[in-house]
Order: sequence, then C-alpha cells, then structure tokens
Amino acid sequence: MDFTDSFDEAEYRAKCRRFLDATLPRRHPGHVRGYRRGEDGPDVVPQAKAFQRKKFDAGFAGITWPKEWHGQAGTPVQQMIYDQEEAKYDTTVNAIGLQLNICMPTICRWGTQEQRDRFAPPALRGEEVWCQFYSEPSGGSDLGSLRTRATRDGDEWVINGQKIWTSLAHEADWGVLIARSDFDKPKHEGLTFFYLSTKTPGVEIRQIKQMSGASHFNEVFFKDARIPDSQRLGPVDGGWKVAMSLLMGERYSLDDDFGPSFKELFSLTRQLELNGRPAFEDGGVQDRLADFYVKAQGLRFTRYRIMTSLARGEAPGPEASIGKLVAATMIQDAASYGLELLGAAGAEMGADMPLEGIFEESFLDSPAFRIAGGTDEILRNTIGERVLGLPPDLRADKGMPFKAIPVGSK
Amino acid sequence: MNFDFPDEFKQLRDTAREFLVERCPPAATRKALERADKVDRVLWREIGEMGWLSAAIPEAYGGLGLGHLAVCVLAEEMGRVIAPVPYASSVYMATEALLLYGTEEQKKSYLPRLATGQAVGTLAFVEKAGPLNPASFDTRFLDGRLTGTKLVVPDGDVADFAIVAVRSLEEAPSLCIVDLGDAAVSKMVRPTVDPSRGHATIRFEGVPAEPLPQANGATAFQSLIDRAAVMMAFEQLGVATAALEMARDYAKSRYAFGRPIGSFQAIKHKLVEVYIATELARSNCYWAAWALESESSELAVAAAASRIASCDAGWTATRENIQTHGGMGFTWEMDCHLYYRRARLQALALGSAREWKRKLLGALWARESAATPTDYAA
Repeated sequence: MDFTDSFDEAEYRAKCRRFLDATLPRRHPGHVRGYRRGEDGPDVVPQAKAFQRKKFDAGFAGITWPKEWHGQAGTPVQQMIYDQEEAKYDTTVNAIGLQLNICMPTICRWGTQEQRDRFAPPALRGEEVWCQFYSEPSGGSDLGSLRTRATRDGDEWVINGQKIWTSLAHEADWGVLIARSDFDKPKHEGLTFFYLSTKTPGVEIRQIKQMSGASHFNEVFFKDARIPDSQRLGPVDGGWKVAMSLLMGERYSLDDDFGPSFKELFSLTRQLELNGRPAFEDGGVQDRLADFYVKAQGLRFTRYRIMTSLARGEAPGPEASIGKLVAATMIQDAASYGLELLGAAGAEMGADMPLEGIFEESFLDSPAFRIAGGTDEILRNTIGERVLGLPPDLRADKGMPFKAIPVGSK
Repeated sequence: MNFDFPDEFKQLRDTAREFLVERCPPAATRKALERADKVDRVLWREIGEMGWLSAAIPEAYGGLGLGHLAVCVLAEEMGRVIAPVPYASSVYMATEALLLYGTEEQKKSYLPRLATGQAVGTLAFVEKAGPLNPASFDTRFLDGRLTGTKLVVPDGDVADFAIVAVRSLEEAPSLCIVDLGDAAVSKMVRPTVDPSRGHATIRFEGVPAEPLPQANGATAFQSLIDRAAVMMAFEQLGVATAALEMARDYAKSRYAFGRPIGSFQAIKHKLVEVYIATELARSNCYWAAWALESESSELAVAAAASRIASCDAGWTATRENIQTHGGMGFTWEMDCHLYYRRARLQALALGSAREWKRKLLGALWARESAATPTDYAA
C-alpha cells in the first residue's frame, strides 16, 4: 500500500508539470477554478480555446482516446494524473472541455471514420466547440419524455421544438441532438440522434440568465430546421441507446475544487476572531471544520482507490459513483458555512472579501452542481438501483405510446 | 499508485469472512447478550490457532509478523459479525501497548500468551464522564504500586492483565501493567449499552505493577490510542457495512403497498446516504491503515479522520437499519439492535467523535505550523 507513482506514472506526471509550468500560472490558495463569474466574460472562451490548442500540441488532448479518434491512446491513469496536475493551475479550460469530453466520444463511437476525421481534430484543437441539445421544458431528469419532433422528409429530417439548459450553445459551432421520430411508440423507443451546426437555419439560441447572474446555458428553438440524414447517429428510433452511451462517459477524476471546501474554511477561521480568540479555537467551529475535512479526505482517498483500480486495468468499483453527489452538497454547505462565519459582513460581495469572495460567489453558484449532470435525486436512484441492487421505482408510463403519456407541467 | 490492500491480505479477508459467517452468526453474539459469560471461548481459541490474535506480533514473540494491515483486515471482519470475543481489548490495546512500549522482558513474557489467546489483555484508562484527559488522571503509580479506580474497562470481567493509564509527570511512564488476578484488585462487572461485551469497574488498592518504561508522558498514551483507533475504525466499518447490507436485503424482500419497500425513494435514498457514509469511512480507513503501517507522521490526523468517519457510518447505518425494519427492528428478537449497540459501544470506547474532532483540528493546526504537508494529505 503506497501513494508513490510507478516509474511510468512519475515520468508522465513530470511531463504534465513541465507543460503546465510553461503554460499557466499556479492557482493561488483560495482561488477556485470554474466558479467565477469572470468565466462568463468575453475573453473566457477564447482563452479556453487557446489553452486547448496548447494541450493538443503538447499531446494532452484526448489522452485516453484511440488513434482512430485522433487521440493519444493513453491510459485512464494518465488522464487522472493530468487532471490532478491541471487542477493546481489557474485555467478556464473547463469552459469547453466538459462538452468536448461528452460530445466527441459519441460522434467517434457512432460515426464513420470520415466523420471522426472531420470533427475530432478541430474539436481537440479547440477550434470547434460543441454542445448537447438534450433537456427540454417537458423533460430534464426524465429526459425520455422529450417532445422535440424529427420528421423525415426524403434525405432530410425536419426538426421542430425547444431545448433548454443547453450549456455553451451560444459559443458552440456544433451540437448533438436527440429528438422524437415516432410519437406512437413507448417513450424510449421513438427517439433518434443527430448532430448539426448551430448555424443551421431555423435554430435560434437565447441565453438564459442564471440566478448567479452569469449566463452559461441557453434555451434553443428549432423551427423547421433541416438536417441531412447523413448527420444521424445510430438507427432511426434507436437514439436512446446513443444518448445513454454518451452519459456513461463518466469522469472519474472530478475533483473537489469547484467551490470552497475545507481548505478555504480553515484559512478563513484563522483570519476571523470569535470571542476575542481566533475562530479556529472555538469548539463549535472545530466540530464543523472536522466534518468538512473528513468528507473532503473521504472523497480524495476514494479517488485514489479508483485510480488504483484503473492502474491495474480494472474497472473502478461502485465507490466511483458517489463523488459528484457528495461534492455538490459539500460545496454548497461550505459556501453557506463560510458566510455564517463572516456574519453580518458576509453579505457583501467582491474580490476584496476574504478568500477572494469565494463564499458569496459560491453561495449563488453552487445550487447548479446539485442539478447539472444528474440531480442529487436521480443519482440516488441510480446508486440505489445499480450499486445496492434495490428494485426500480414504479413507472406510470411504462409501455404506453408516448402520445398518451402526460408530460411537462399540467 | 497502489492504494489498496495487497493480495495476500485480501485472501486473508476472504478466508476470515468465510470462517466467521459459518462460525459466528448473529445467534452467537445474541448468546453473549443473554448470559453472564460474554466470551465465546471456543471461537476465541480457534481464532488464536489461526493466528488472528498475533498478526502484528513479530515471529520472535510467537506471532505471525504480518503487520498492522493484516489486523485492519481482520478487524473489519470481526466487526461484520459483531464477534463476542475480546479482540479489540487484547489486540488493538494490550498487544499494541506492549509492542510499542514494552521492555524485551515484558514482550517475551506477555506477547506469546497474547498471540495464542491464552492470555487476554485490556487497557484501563477511563476515570470519569466527559472528555478523556490523561493530564488529570487520578490513578497513581508510586513505588511499584498502583492505586486508583478505572471505569468501563473493556472485557475487564475476563482479562488476565491490564495496561493501566496513570497520571505521570513529564518523562515519567504513563502506562503500567497489572495482573488482574492480584488480591488487591477488585472488579465489579457493570452493565453497558452493549451487553454482548463484558465491562467492569476495577479498583486498584496498592496493587503491584510494572511500568512500561518507554511510555513517556501523556503523548505516549495518546499515540497508543491513535493506533488503537485505526484498528477499531476498521471494526466499526465492518459493523456499518453489515448493518447496511441487512437493511438493503430487508428492503428488497419486504413488501408494502404491493411493492418492495426498497423501490420507494424514501427508503432507497436513505440507504444510498448510508452507503455514502460507509464508502467515505472506508477511504479514510484505508488512509489511516497506510499511515499506521508506514509509521507516517500523518498518523494522528488520519487516525482521527478514520475514527470520525467510521463512527458516523456506524451510527447512520445501524440507526437506519432499525428504521428500515420498522416495528420488527425494535424487537429484542431481531438482530438490528446488536449492531446498534456495538456501533455505539465502539464509538464511545476510545472517546467520542466530539473529542476526536478537537484532536483532529489540533493535529492539523500543528501540521500547518510545522512542515509542508504532502501532496496527497493536503
């Protein structure tokens, strides 16, 4: 039992560090990647694209993708090592990286070699940005109840309907789309999967202002938008399987650096006074800090367990499923506790607040983590059913033709 | 990166699980609950013969010399079956104290008997309600004699000897070893929240005792407790996991409103929260096992984290196991309470989570003020 890298791992880590040191500033304490409103600014996506290009040139784009996908044919452990190292630097690459890692494997897995050659290189170089046209006003957690209609017309499909919560659509060049091609079949059996340019006539993208004030996601309207049949992925009415293969592309290495955690709270309690003493010395404060620490360490060492499985060429155990569920609430709770410690002064926002104002920012931003990429409730269903083997919930719409199912808000 | 138990210890775990499931079903623990003699002596002899009591004892003293990772593996299995044997007292506490602080002569005298199970040892340290504070112990060791009273001594009803924590001046030994068969020792068996284990109040009235000469000052006592806490965290993890599995199995087979109750999200989501608590505990336990085995300077921090996480998992899992079983879960006849009792007993045994949270933050503070933390522990 040890934490040391193997010779190959150490060599790879050193290679990552050399690249990152030469490319990015180190993240200073308290500065948390990905939470800042600043990421919404006009230069964020250009910066992310420029960094993606450098990653590509240095051989760190598509680390685990096979050569046919224009990837590096590396190992999941190499990906984890790279992610661990990148997390120590100040980067906004996630502005495009997440969508890249979800959309492009789907294109490559279901598309032809010609399609891989056309789309993978520019995506890996950061030249083309992708998004997913998935959730709809009538179905988010219950994605299978989507209503956007795909009607066959010769060699083309005509798309009508509306998508929502489409992250990055306003910056994207391309998107993957799931739409309903048959309303008479049960809900998961009448869906077809496509990709299309966001510049396709009949596609209108409107940014949504989030509760945090930022606008990362969009609502997207399709009005007689035409897609050639050659841009269909998978069989007609077989789109659910394609979509599910996309959601399976889990990121094992999701770190806990998306908001404040123990480190930020520890630092804050050393700056603040409580009853004339550093807040850190207060028993009640120590109780709470210990809980955050133990949870954060639990997640950290769970990742090491996952990495160990991957290093042996084994699939990670079921513990790999808990990371996002635990981290999302932990971040929200840590933001809240930071504000509680700041007291009346904590209401003020800004970079000159303690820890660069992370607690106030994250208070407004962190609700997103518990919803995006699978809500807490859906994840609990998944873990309960797949890991614990508990029976599935009753489905009131099971086997019904889609057109007979009540959907959306009534 | 190899953050896992070596294969030979996984085999040991499989062997132990197979043996204990067969040999120590909950009915065995239930017997201990309902009778005066709390020890399954046949089981104790058998695990002694298999070397489970001596995994961390070097071969020179009659042990297997497998190290502490083996003890951690076995502890989890003992917890899964809530075994009615003085494993924690004799192995994590008495054996560990002798390994750490015993003289060569003391090791030669005690360890071979502990290794076979012929002798049972324990640790006597509690004196009053509230947080443990070695600096305020009233028990004194003077001129070779021990005087004082210790409460809730684990397995104090059956132990042959005890390591006793005493008030010590700087640099003076804080632990001594006492034969509990001495005429000046009086034991009063006391009921506890978990009657499947025996406990006693023990009064020492000028009992002849030997110091563990290397156990200098209060920090020596603390180091011993840290090490015992890691091994007990694994036992606690075993209790929690077993309780989760019991609740899960019941939720799959019990029907209400025409459906298995595990299909209801109120039950399903709750059991997922229990699962999360056990996994976070497991990861903290693995870290602590590594720190123990490698004599890392992280041990104080990791031991506290493993204890806090495993006690939380033990509480969450055993509490919700009763709740999932409904009215049946509250009966004497159902096994749920065996786990509920054991999890709490262990959560109190080395001091409560509240105290360990203080210790954790103290240790983090000390680390922060001293060396740069290592990457993985940051």
